[in-house]
Amino acid sequence: MTNMNAPEEKSAGILTGKYIGQRVHRKEDPRLLTGHGQFVDDVSVPGQLHVAFTRSPVARASIVSISSDYAREVPGVHAIYTQQDLADFNVDMISFFLASPDVKTTPLADGRVAYVGEPVVMVIADSRAIAEDAASLVEVEYAEETPLITIDDARHGAPVHPGREDNIAAQMGEEEIDEDLEALLQAAPHLVTHKVVHQRISQSPMETRGVLADPEGPKELTLYITCQSPHMVERWTSLALGKPDMAIRVIAKDVGGGFGLKNHPWKEEVAVILAALKFRRPLKWIEDRYENLIGANQAREQEMTLQVALDNDGKLLASHGDYSCNNGAFPQLSECNIAVHMFVWGAYKMPAYGFLTRGWYTNTVGYAAYRGPWAMESLVRETALDVAARRLGIDPIEIRRKNLVTLSEQPTESCMQIPLEDVTPAECLEKLLGYFDVDAFRREQAEAREQGRYLGLGIAAYIEPTGSAGAIATMTGELAQVRIEPTGKVTATMSTHSQGHGTQTTMAQIFADRLGVSYEDVSVFEGDSSRGGFSPGAAGSRQGVIAGGAAILAADKLAEKVRTLAAHLLQVEAAAIAIDAGQISVAGNPDKSISLGELANIAYGEPDRLPPGMESGLEAQHRYQPPPMTFASAANACVVEVDRDTGFVKIQRWISSEDCGTPLNPAVVEGQVSGGLAQAIGMVLLEEVGFDERGNPTAATYKDYMMPAISDIPTFEFVHANTPSQSVGGMRGVGEGGAIIGAPTLVNAIADALAPFGEVEVNLPLTPAKLLSVMEGRDLTPPKVVAPVAVEPVAPAPVAEPVPAADATPAGPVVIDGDWKMILSTPMGPQEMQGHFETSGDNLSGYLSSPEGQMEFTGSVVNGNNLVFDLKVTKPMKITLKYNLLIDGDKISGKCKMGIFGSAKLTGERL
Amino acid sequence: MSNHKIELTINGRQYSGDVEARTSLADFLRDDAGFTGVHLGCEHGVCGACTITVDGRAVRSCLMLAVQANGATVVTAEGLAAEDGTLHPVQQVMMEEHALQCGFCTPGVVMTLASLTGEGKQCSQAQIEGAMSGHICRCTGYQGIRRSAARLAYDAMGDSAQQGGDA
Repeated sequence: MTNMNAPEEKSAGILTGKYIGQRVHRKEDPRLLTGHGQFVDDVSVPGQLHVAFTRSPVARASIVSISSDYAREVPGVHAIYTQQDLADFNVDMISFFLASPDVKTTPLADGRVAYVGEPVVMVIADSRAIAEDAASLVEVEYAEETPLITIDDARHGAPVHPGREDNIAAQMGEEEIDEDLEALLQAAPHLVTHKVVHQRISQSPMETRGVLADPEGPKELTLYITCQSPHMVERWTSLALGKPDMAIRVIAKDVGGGFGLKNHPWKEEVAVILAALKFRRPLKWIEDRYENLIGANQAREQEMTLQVALDNDGKLLASHGDYSCNNGAFPQLSECNIAVHMFVWGAYKMPAYGFLTRGWYTNTVGYAAYRGPWAMESLVRETALDVAARRLGIDPIEIRRKNLVTLSEQPTESCMQIPLEDVTPAECLEKLLGYFDVDAFRREQAEAREQGRYLGLGIAAYIEPTGSAGAIATMTGELAQVRIEPTGKVTATMSTHSQGHGTQTTMAQIFADRLGVSYEDVSVFEGDSSRGGFSPGAAGSRQGVIAGGAAILAADKLAEKVRTLAAHLLQVEAAAIAIDAGQISVAGNPDKSISLGELANIAYGEPDRLPPGMESGLEAQHRYQPPPMTFASAANACVVEVDRDTGFVKIQRWISSEDCGTPLNPAVVEGQVSGGLAQAIGMVLLEEVGFDERGNPTAATYKDYMMPAISDIPTFEFVHANTPSQSVGGMRGVGEGGAIIGAPTLVNAIADALAPFGEVEVNLPLTPAKLLSVMEGRDLTPPKVVAPVAVEPVAPAPVAEPVPAADATPAGPVVIDGDWKMILSTPMGPQEMQGHFETSGDNLSGYLSSPEGQMEFTGSVVNGNNLVFDLKVTKPMKITLKYNLLIDGDKISGKCKMGIFGSAKLTGERL
Repeated sequence: MSNHKIELTINGRQYSGDVEARTSLADFLRDDAGFTGVHLGCEHGVCGACTITVDGRAVRSCLMLAVQANGATVVTAEGLAAEDGTLHPVQQVMMEEHALQCGFCTPGVVMTLASLTGEGKQCSQAQIEGAMSGHICRCTGYQGIRRSAARLAYDAMGDSAQQGGDA
């Protein structure tokens, strides 16, 4: 018996077949094209009522009073709930990683509001219109305070969450640049300091959020919800509600886009679920676009300063990154985006890198994922490389050639100790250059400039971790279950979930090829947590890689059974059996054949005819555990013209050279890349969630939040530069890449076009006004207008020192021995653990235990109230954790240095 | 709120309704008549997902009141395919060109394309693309929609997408 949890057999190469690798039509399309998709608002159940929310019109206040008297009088209103009514559920608003939140997070506002749009009151009524009417009649009195809106506000202002010492939601890395690194940076012939400011983005799936919660007695709950994985929503809801004894079924047949917003329920969806359980009626809430743009969690809003040291030839010497991210008030994860630093130099030969990374609480709607959440790494690196190339007078292509890790240099590891075995950005770049004539473009560009026209070429390269599994609780393998029905047709249920990904199509292509049946005879079902098994669905560009592998292995198991049974029935060797188009034949013996349907009838209905010991039926399943990470690579090029008079950017050409391993369906692959690139174009040129100084959103409709239209997006050209991955089938993930590589490609093209005027500040979006200011040398900084403030500003609270100084004198005698409950703030969210300490003189021993296991340490030192000890861990990678803790009475606090992850804060108390 | 009786033809069949004056045509079609293929993406006339045809012309049903459709002939995405399930030429071309992913904006795109193309219509590729700028698609980057527009135009090029080489 092999170890079923170990990564399995390696891929043989790029797969192709009658269906795999072909541009077959999608299974999903006939229903979607004829208006017969089933999105959440298309589902109704008998007795359902509708919900609308009264939302906060202010960004920061305490709630003085709530009056629902007028609202209650509206005919058709059934109930009006505030947080008080939902408090007994004690819901735990856990993150995607299943960690409890760092700050108290409730479905409805609990005495205070912390962003404009925060749900405060919910109305249950006969119709959505009546619920909205009544919600507008709820009267809430607020005692308004001065809100913190920007990252800069958060650095200096009074804590958004009362009781916290500052606004740092999460922090990793070192606050001071390491001396050795600083020396390398300062001694280098060239030091480029490059800053990128990324605006806030609304994920904007075309289907807004929505849920229909249908409680079926006290022990069963069915949720229809627009989501990225019904299994993830089922797991999340069960844990968040603390109801392991409730049978929860989550159904989401069709979902109108997710992009990171719909990983799991958040405030409004949870409020609806709780209210349905309390009111004991099915409740439906469908978000409108205004609510989606102000109240649904948002993404990006980051700034990063990258220092890059280079020698005179453009070779990289050292680098430092300082990153900050606006988490809003109630983020889905207290986030400092460690992945930005993990991957910023992932595919480059960078000798030394250090960083500081922080997430900040503000009085804005919370942070959630958006396609390629760590994309800043490629944006800041690739744009910095172009700045460096211009400064050193080197071609931007040459600076990449000089520094990218090539295939012949692997295996190796990155400066952040990421193992690299088969990444191909350098090879993608060369294939791109074989397709696009750079010299011809440079001639055209020079001629155009003489005519006063500004053309630019942008090039960027990157790698992306995809198909990750095994290191994080929710990032699991994927399950395929497949059966040949007694009719001879093939039915599969999958752990996958499509929000446009076309997994019903790509998985059917695999089953058809591997089982020897026609594509038309395969049906794939997903979108229901009662079918298939757990996976996080569309998260981290994983489905093609992992579920594809599962489908191959499950189909191969089933095909093997078919061959064994057919050989038995036809009395030939199994090796002679061939299956094609649903017909089983025997090599060299045309008289012997049987259809798959006939065989299936025997397998299910005539068990006496099966070989001894064979299980009846034709069914198989496989949960595929892939290698921990599979890298995708790409290089992109685009050509733009920036209009000298208007500042408008016209994208003339765009070429994507992408290594996605085996392309299961090239049309689906190109669709994923194209959609990501379009979102990147939106980020660079158009989209922006803004706030005024009081925290009011300035883009609350699609008239203000500018989504890319067909007229903004060029025709993309594709160079498939595929090399097989090491996972079964050889696929590499392709879901997020376009959104990551697109932004630096376009920014570089614009910067190249405007190079004669000087550098373009990378402050997204690059609007015509900003680009005109570069060409005209104007200062666009608006005059500082101080908004009238209606209430007394709150004086910033003094910010306490986060870690007590090591020489702090304890108040009484120090008692170290015993058990301690401790919380470590890690990149994955807070981690609870229990510590056991024993002292003997200056010697300290003991263990730390968590749900993952117990780790002992010995031979460590204790100095007064100061505990210093090391723990070596191997998962998710080999690191030595260096703890430095202080005990003050029954409290414990301090730091844990986690190797390349920097330092994390620890707090706790005696048990 | 006053209620009004309306009668209209939807996808070839007669319907009557009793609607509040404020009820949008989109809400009537979805909630009363059961045509849930009419999708509401913004409810303020920008995204185009709710597009239907009213007396042959493409209309955003979120911006029209149900009472305004009294006596009108309405077609939704549900009404285009033949009774035997054969897809409308617009639907067939969009499937062949992979012009959709999540499918939420799709019914509106289908209806605009259907209103501009087909028998007796003389829309150029540029005109169709111009009309498509009234539809927001978050998934596809419009590549398949552009290819569909090219094939459905009277000046159709015949080719589908410009493809790079398989290196």
